[in-house]
Amino acid sequence: MKDSSRYQYRKWIILLSVILVSVVYIIRLLFLQIIDDQWEIRAKGNALRYVCDYPPRGLIYDRNGELLVTNTISYDLMVVPRNVKLTETLIKELCHILQISEEEFMKRFDKAKAYSPYIESIFDRQITDETHGYIEERLHRLQGFYLQPRTLRKYLTSSAAHSLGYIGEVNYYEIEKNPYYKMGDYIGKIGIEKYYEEELRGTKGCQILMVDNLNREKGSFQNGMFDTAAIVGKSLWASLDKELQEYGELLMKNKRGSIVAIEPSTGEILCIVTSPSYDPALLVGRNRGKNYAILEKDSINKPLFNRALMAQYPPGSTFKLVNALIGQEEGVINKDTRFSCTMGFAYGNRVLGCHAHASPLAMVASIQTSCNAYYCRVLKAILENRKKYKSTKEAYDAWYQKIISFGFGQKFNSDLPYELKGNIPTSAYYDRYYGENRWKATTIISIAIGQGEITVTPVQLANFVAIIANRGYYYPPHLVKAIGHKDSLNTQFYTKHYVDVKPAYFDPVIEGMEKAATAGTVRSASVPGIKIGGKTGTAQNPHGKDHSILIGYAPLDNPKIAISVIVENAGFGATWAGPITSLMIEKYLKDSVSRKELEERIINTNIY
Amino acid sequence: MKKNKTHIDWTLIFLFFLLISIGWINIYSTTVESFDSFNFNTSYGRQLIWISSAILLAIFTFVINYRFFPGFATPIYFIFILLLLLVIVVGESTKGASSWFGFGSLGIQPAEFAKYATCLLLARYIANNECDLTKVKNLSVAILIIVLPLFFILLQNDTGSALPFLFLFIALYREGLFSWILIAGLTAIVLFILLVFFKEWIIAAFITFLLIWVLWLFRKKKRTYKGILLIYATIIIYIFTVDAIYTRVLKDYQRARIEVLFGKIEDSKGIDYNVIQSKIAIGSGGLLGKGFRNGTQTNLNFVPEQSTDFIFCTIGEEWGFVGSSVVVLLYAWLIIHIFLRSEQQRVPFVRIYGYCIACIFFAHFTINIGMTLGIMPVIGIPLPFISYGGSSLLAYTLMLFTFINLDAKTNLWN
Repeated sequence: MKDSSRYQYRKWIILLSVILVSVVYIIRLLFLQIIDDQWEIRAKGNALRYVCDYPPRGLIYDRNGELLVTNTISYDLMVVPRNVKLTETLIKELCHILQISEEEFMKRFDKAKAYSPYIESIFDRQITDETHGYIEERLHRLQGFYLQPRTLRKYLTSSAAHSLGYIGEVNYYEIEKNPYYKMGDYIGKIGIEKYYEEELRGTKGCQILMVDNLNREKGSFQNGMFDTAAIVGKSLWASLDKELQEYGELLMKNKRGSIVAIEPSTGEILCIVTSPSYDPALLVGRNRGKNYAILEKDSINKPLFNRALMAQYPPGSTFKLVNALIGQEEGVINKDTRFSCTMGFAYGNRVLGCHAHASPLAMVASIQTSCNAYYCRVLKAILENRKKYKSTKEAYDAWYQKIISFGFGQKFNSDLPYELKGNIPTSAYYDRYYGENRWKATTIISIAIGQGEITVTPVQLANFVAIIANRGYYYPPHLVKAIGHKDSLNTQFYTKHYVDVKPAYFDPVIEGMEKAATAGTVRSASVPGIKIGGKTGTAQNPHGKDHSILIGYAPLDNPKIAISVIVENAGFGATWAGPITSLMIEKYLKDSVSRKELEERIINTNIY
Repeated sequence: MKKNKTHIDWTLIFLFFLLISIGWINIYSTTVESFDSFNFNTSYGRQLIWISSAILLAIFTFVINYRFFPGFATPIYFIFILLLLLVIVVGESTKGASSWFGFGSLGIQPAEFAKYATCLLLARYIANNECDLTKVKNLSVAILIIVLPLFFILLQNDTGSALPFLFLFIALYREGLFSWILIAGLTAIVLFILLVFFKEWIIAAFITFLLIWVLWLFRKKKRTYKGILLIYATIIIYIFTVDAIYTRVLKDYQRARIEVLFGKIEDSKGIDYNVIQSKIAIGSGGLLGKGFRNGTQTNLNFVPEQSTDFIFCTIGEEWGFVGSSVVVLLYAWLIIHIFLRSEQQRVPFVRIYGYCIACIFFAHFTINIGMTLGIMPVIGIPLPFISYGGSSLLAYTLMLFTFINLDAKTNLWN
């Protein structure tokens, strides 16, 4: 028998190596199965395919039930790079069908692969009907490719582009923010489409299918436990009046500016015209990107700039109305208070000029003639009211609070697309600018007549008229009347916002506006047979000719429409904004316009 | 110790049944189409036939006279060498390797049985009282016994089946092989890995620097210079030879497999597709796995060869970390148990034979599971008792039950 004990110690080395291998393998398993979760994700990418059914997007109607936006179907060619067997024939065939070069093919393919070899990406967008049929027939040969139907928008009006907004493919940030969206999905980018995205889009239904290594379907995952059904998007009734909107855009043709009309009793925006605008159909389909770039580059007309919400103008004389109201509320004037005007308001060694009219004037007449001196004195009285306030600053702060209550200097935060605030300076601003206690009423006297630092947006002006029409309150201006078949809007749209002025104080202001329309500055805005109230404004423009502003509402006894019209570089308020206001009111209240000659003259006028 | 009494090693029998059950359940899981019908024409059906045959073979192996094994070791060995030669000439080929004998729908792989024959003959040769592995003559014969079948299997283009033979050197080590041979072997492997990454002359230059440093260290003992220079020369010759083989003899796909393993090249043309799919399947198993028949990766054919070489993926995916760790531990138990049991043997033949088969199991365990975990190159060899396949199952049953037989009757030896 041979001696084996000499090398017996070596068994330990051998046993140790077995143990070592086992331990290494278990640690490796620990890392693969528990610590690193990429394998689980990749397993899903391998074996699960999400077949999503995109429900039609909700339709958009106008306030009278006229269809504004509907859908058309289009197909994207999707690719899952890992499932593609790149053969010469496949590349040739697809290049032929899609009319692209082989380099372009490889470029797109590599891009998709770089995004993810396991997740689908778009290979070709919105392919034509003809190509679609062609691909459908050959799909079985194009392993790794499939057609994804998409809903595209179709516009039945060429107006209201800014309010309706548009949809576009989700970008990286939107996917990050909301995992509902997958690469290639569409999302509302701006306007109603964006604000009401969730209601309009509905919910896509996803069926989770298992596929094998050859991408063959092998039934549903876990018996369809995680499948969801598609929910159709809700239809939506915009507050816009299609005819009025189109008419407004027609009138504003070849002019810059905006028209905003609001129904005072609800805050619903009847029309919101910004000019120059663009045809919403431009931002649909394969040419969307190209067209968008063209619109964006147009730095002269800025068609993408929504003037109704983002242009900030000095309100000019329209602002006198708010000072008349606040003056009464502060108790420094009443409707019978008279101030004299000798071609203007003199303070220190300066004069703020006025035009020729009778003097002294009471409040109604001051509105009718738009007297500058009157309102300088009103502001002076408000700010120098030492019975109530210890300092100019304190009085100014009280004035400021009241102005803010009219919706000036802030956003409405309703369903409007990007709005700007306008500017109502705070006392802190004047303190910084002039120094504390270094400013008084006469220092900032120009705000009395809506000049100086003060700026407002057209929608704020329209809302201001609505407040006057309502004698003291407003609903936040909004673009949508109803969603689905119920009034299921955000409750903030039904909340009355009261201004800090008592209803009784509106009477003389309204009387003044009425007189202005019948026998004053606003005569050009009058409509035969309809009682309206209005006020002109001329916004000083340091860059050129002044902007023409007119605000008004009608009918006087039962206000149905409150409107603000701004025509840039058109000079005095009554000249161009007046007739446009008049035609808009006639169109809305009477459905047709009898003064064809005036209409034609406005349409054919170019003002730049 | 009582004489003339048999001690059956129930632990090994228990492990045998446990492993074949685990194997069959996982084969069933990946290949069954519906629970309603049982079909013998499917993988799981055929595997059931193989398992039945294996049990019959186990009983037969256990009852025959223990003297048969050492007695017939030589003829058995040469019969299989002959079969290996024959298979090169008339065998059926799969995936470029001609290593099968086809009998109707069944295939027999002589390479698996050749391992058994090699273990028997190697044990018999070394057990001889005159054999001393420190002697060049005896060592050469022992190595020849291992290398002969290995060589023929390489000729069949079946690198995978050849590799486990190298693990028999562990058994030789236990029986007195010089340690430096193992050290040299490990050094050779390290140098080889370095060669994959660096140019041969860079490594040669590095080794030369090392030489100068060592020579300086030993400057007081000049008589060691001869040995040091000899080692240096060997290493340099090795580097350039291996480099020549690597770049000229190895085929592109073989080189690619090696380079993918070491991460030198990324997935080119899907060479590491198998490995990635395998890792995905195992990695997605989580702690407790997806459950029986719920493995998406294995059931939907993402993992290639999932019932044979990549069966561990199914275990990993469906039974998770817990299940796969248990399987790893079961193998460790089996191998260590055989090593320890062998160590207790009075009879050298039984001891050495036990060591040999434990080495073979160890080789398959290390290479197969290492491959599915992506830390070994993709070498297609089965996981003993678990993988689908008749030849391997029968061969391992033969190996194991021969040991159980010898071990049980160890007291009958004189």
